[in-house]
Amino acid sequence: MKLTREEVREVAYLSRIEMTDEELDRMTGQLGAILDYADMLNELDLEGVEPTSHVIPMKNVMREDVVKESCGVEKALMNAPDRFGDFFRVPKVIDEGEGH
Amino acid sequence: MELCTKTASELIGMLRAGEIDPIDIVDSTFKRINDKEPDVKAFIAVLEESARKRAEELKDADRSLPLYGIPVAVKDNMCMEGAQTTCGSKILTPFEPPYDATVVEKLKAAGAVIVGKTNMDEFAMGSSCEWSAHHPTRNPWDLERAPGGSSGGSAAAVAACECAMSLGSDTGGSIRQPASLCGVVGMKPTYGAVSRYGLVAFASSLDQIGPFARDVRDCAMLLDVICGHDPKDSTSIDREPPDHVAALDAGAAGMTVGMIKDLFGEGVEPGVRERVSAAAEVFEKMGAKIKEIEMPIVKYALPAYYLIAPAEASSNLARYDGVQYGMREDADDIVSMFRKTRRAGFGAEVKRRIMLGTYALSAGYYDAYYLRALKVRTLIVKEFEKAFAECDILMSPTSPSTAFKLNEKIDDPLAMYMMDICTIPVNLAGLPGMSIPCGLSDGLPVGLQLIGPTLGEQALLRAARAFEIGSGICGMMPGEKMD
Amino acid sequence: MKYEPVIGIEVHAQLKTDSKLFCGCSTGFAAAPNHHVCPVCLGLPGTLPVLNRKAIEYVVRTCIALECEVSPASRFARKNYYYPDLPKAYQISQYELPIGRNGKLTVRAGGREKTIRIHRIHLEEDAGKLVHDASGGSCVDYNRTGIPLMEIVTEADVRSSEEAVAYLTSLRSILQYIGVCGANMEKGEMRCEPNISVRPVGAEEFGTKTEMKNLNSFRAVRLGVDFEIERQIDAIENGERIVQETRRWDEATQTTQTMRSKERAHDYRYFPDPDLVPVEVSASVVELIRAKAPELPEPRRVRFISQYGLPEYDAEVLTGSKAMADFFERAASLHNDPKAVSNWIMTELMGCLNESGKTIDECAVTAEDLTALLELMGKGVISARMGKDVFKDMFASGRPPAEIIKEKGLEQMNDETAISDAVEKVIADNPGPAADFRAGKKQAAGFLVGQVMRLTGGKANPKIVGRIIEDKLLSE
Ligand SMILES: [Zn+2]
Repeated sequence: MKLTREEVREVAYLSRIEMTDEELDRMTGQLGAILDYADMLNELDLEGVEPTSHVIPMKNVMREDVVKESCGVEKALMNAPDRFGDFFRVPKVIDEGEGH
Repeated sequence: MELCTKTASELIGMLRAGEIDPIDIVDSTFKRINDKEPDVKAFIAVLEESARKRAEELKDADRSLPLYGIPVAVKDNMCMEGAQTTCGSKILTPFEPPYDATVVEKLKAAGAVIVGKTNMDEFAMGSSCEWSAHHPTRNPWDLERAPGGSSGGSAAAVAACECAMSLGSDTGGSIRQPASLCGVVGMKPTYGAVSRYGLVAFASSLDQIGPFARDVRDCAMLLDVICGHDPKDSTSIDREPPDHVAALDAGAAGMTVGMIKDLFGEGVEPGVRERVSAAAEVFEKMGAKIKEIEMPIVKYALPAYYLIAPAEASSNLARYDGVQYGMREDADDIVSMFRKTRRAGFGAEVKRRIMLGTYALSAGYYDAYYLRALKVRTLIVKEFEKAFAECDILMSPTSPSTAFKLNEKIDDPLAMYMMDICTIPVNLAGLPGMSIPCGLSDGLPVGLQLIGPTLGEQALLRAARAFEIGSGICGMMPGEKMD
Repeated sequence: MKYEPVIGIEVHAQLKTDSKLFCGCSTGFAAAPNHHVCPVCLGLPGTLPVLNRKAIEYVVRTCIALECEVSPASRFARKNYYYPDLPKAYQISQYELPIGRNGKLTVRAGGREKTIRIHRIHLEEDAGKLVHDASGGSCVDYNRTGIPLMEIVTEADVRSSEEAVAYLTSLRSILQYIGVCGANMEKGEMRCEPNISVRPVGAEEFGTKTEMKNLNSFRAVRLGVDFEIERQIDAIENGERIVQETRRWDEATQTTQTMRSKERAHDYRYFPDPDLVPVEVSASVVELIRAKAPELPEPRRVRFISQYGLPEYDAEVLTGSKAMADFFERAASLHNDPKAVSNWIMTELMGCLNESGKTIDECAVTAEDLTALLELMGKGVISARMGKDVFKDMFASGRPPAEIIKEKGLEQMNDETAISDAVEKVIADNPGPAADFRAGKKQAAGFLVGQVMRLTGGKANPKIVGRIIEDKLLSE
């Protein structure tokens, strides 16, 4: 699988990172090299091998349904780049097929 | 001898005897910091004011607290109220967390004096500290060289005696590799032994917080303070933690130490190979048995890691979008704001890993990359289990090389990634690992990596302490060389 | 050509836990934005989720009610996408291993029974809320972020808007019965997103489907689904292609409209959330939850018929909502004539509710007050006709019947001497009708009784009045 610049452009969009064509070119080369290296995993026979997501086997870690005090609106908004009343304000939202 | 050059256990003895007060240590520490920081640059933020205030408060506190009056530095990816947490990134400049990480709470409760937030590769992605958005940190043994990374600031601060001990985080070697390059002791505990609550996530299934110190006893002391179950971290192991200090002096006699042959081969500098091989002789001298073992699968750990860790990172770092905190680039619509903010806020290495991880998780590539890597992870776990069926602990070099020159590897991502070839398998298997100094090569420290089975920290520390005694290498300091 | 709609329904039900899914913040209504938040639900760097046990119990309860298989091992996955109301830029949801699978719900629609298969039930966290402000920007409120949502997805078994509404009505009733969800669509506690396609009758293959949002009432579901079916059939007949898209129901125009013009491929990059460990619900835990589970509507309906001797129709109406059925049972336990209780609820109480637009939960009359009223009528303290007026007052004021009767002096007059005096006066004042009655014109009695009632302000016991008139006129 050879990585193309168009694929990298799509990945940059999915990652919400703006990139110039020049940057995309460089990124295509670097990611390609890393993915080529990762292809060495194809040497292994993984037939019947289960994937490991959690290395320490644990299950059913839960808390009781008890309400705790919230941190307060001032702490919530203390780092807000654009505070408007008790809201975080952001530029106009345009729906691009994601969201819900 | 200045107070700042003493180990924590020495200082605690003097404090409890009433010979000194916490403020004396703080005075000595900040004098040292003021001396060394222009060269070493281990810190992103030096917290002198709050440290002095804390030392004053401690004067009348209970002197039997486990870290009473001890100056400790914290890596800048651990949240602490009242200070910035930048993770070495522009995108979190500014960000002041409204809460304390569990480890920070524990340090405070133990009577420690937090002296500053240490430098790191941006979001802990890197092996040299050069990817910090603030400035590179320099190795106290040779200011032309890198301290390693990503917890390079925490390692350098301890090596330069700017604090007695420090906390780092280790996702693929980020504690052990800089400990090796800076000639200090560093440990990555078992995954789940120390709470991750308040540690800014890089790769959640691999991240662990751990201690840096100048000797094994201090390392065990700090581990005792930070480990234990935390109900705020679902992956935290629920058990009564053992007393690690108490386990220290059991000696290495009767232990079987496995030498992982596959990690002594190609790419390892001869000087490093020599020092680490000599370490095996020390263990034998101390009554341990050395057993050579083969682990052919470990070479696949690096490529597997560079799919798993970026995949998790791509999701963990998605929240840096300029909405709630950190920097924001102005734009007319939300998508442009996201894209411009993340363009301006992230450095090259972080972007590379986000892109790599996004790709590995995206439709059509998930099975070929991410899922395959998780399966390889299973094989690595199994191979370690097999090794621990015949060995108590395992040994290898920590890093294939001693400290490298600044800028030497910055333009070659793969060469930089290779620096973690010995440490990464341990993270993938969730095992405890530590690096202890085992001598010098061309005047630069060499680190010995010891690996234990799951929750085998006591065995590790015991072997490490035995090595200190057997080798006479304990509390190595760049001292004279630097001045 | 005849077309057949093929509909699958996705429901998001807000679980009635006290705290959020992964943190201790309250799920209650907050007057001001960003007041029910903490570092965890704000997704601040370094924070970690810890799962609410009750949410799992509620989903398992739902699985049992909808006859789903409960997965012995399920886990949480991250659904990655960027949106300002999603603080971590991923939603913790479930993907490969949901808690429940392969269930069913049988509903009655168009006089027939219809079984709708449940594809899956999973648990996820809600997102925040965007408010558009005058400056052209958007304001974000994270109060709702992290509230537990249960997603219930059917197979594409629904064939009409009537079946869709029947399914949703039945589902709502079940969720309320088992106490896991308020299920009020207007309040957004239950959100419904049908996906709709049409195909020629007899065709095997499915058509291209559209997904519908913003259906905030059963009425909107009925109108919206019907509209969309018609729209698709018209489009196909005009030779147009149906585009896979999300369409929004617009109440104002009563039409559906495209929500997303730019169709960029969704790629949510689901992967297991490394911050959470697997959930294993063993068969014995399922049994434990089953044993504690409240009675469902269908068995309760059957029991109402056998235990209280109610007609089918009454039993069905009364068990239509859990609160109503609870009201009935409480009242029936206090009064020895369940049929009378049922009649009063079905006519007077439901009449008042309909008129006022209130639900039984908002009703001021308690089961105790209703049975007290029935007792007073039984003892003859007031007449049945008077009882209806008293009930209306009870409904409006929330006061107990005895108080109303006393204050208004509505007690029935049973004193024979007093009634006799009144009768004599009426006979004296109305010699004509009295003579008619004596002459055998029985219908004249009605007029005379009416006059006595008027004279006594309606309080005289009409039975006694009738008897005394007869006595007086016929014994002379
Ligand atoms: Zn919260």
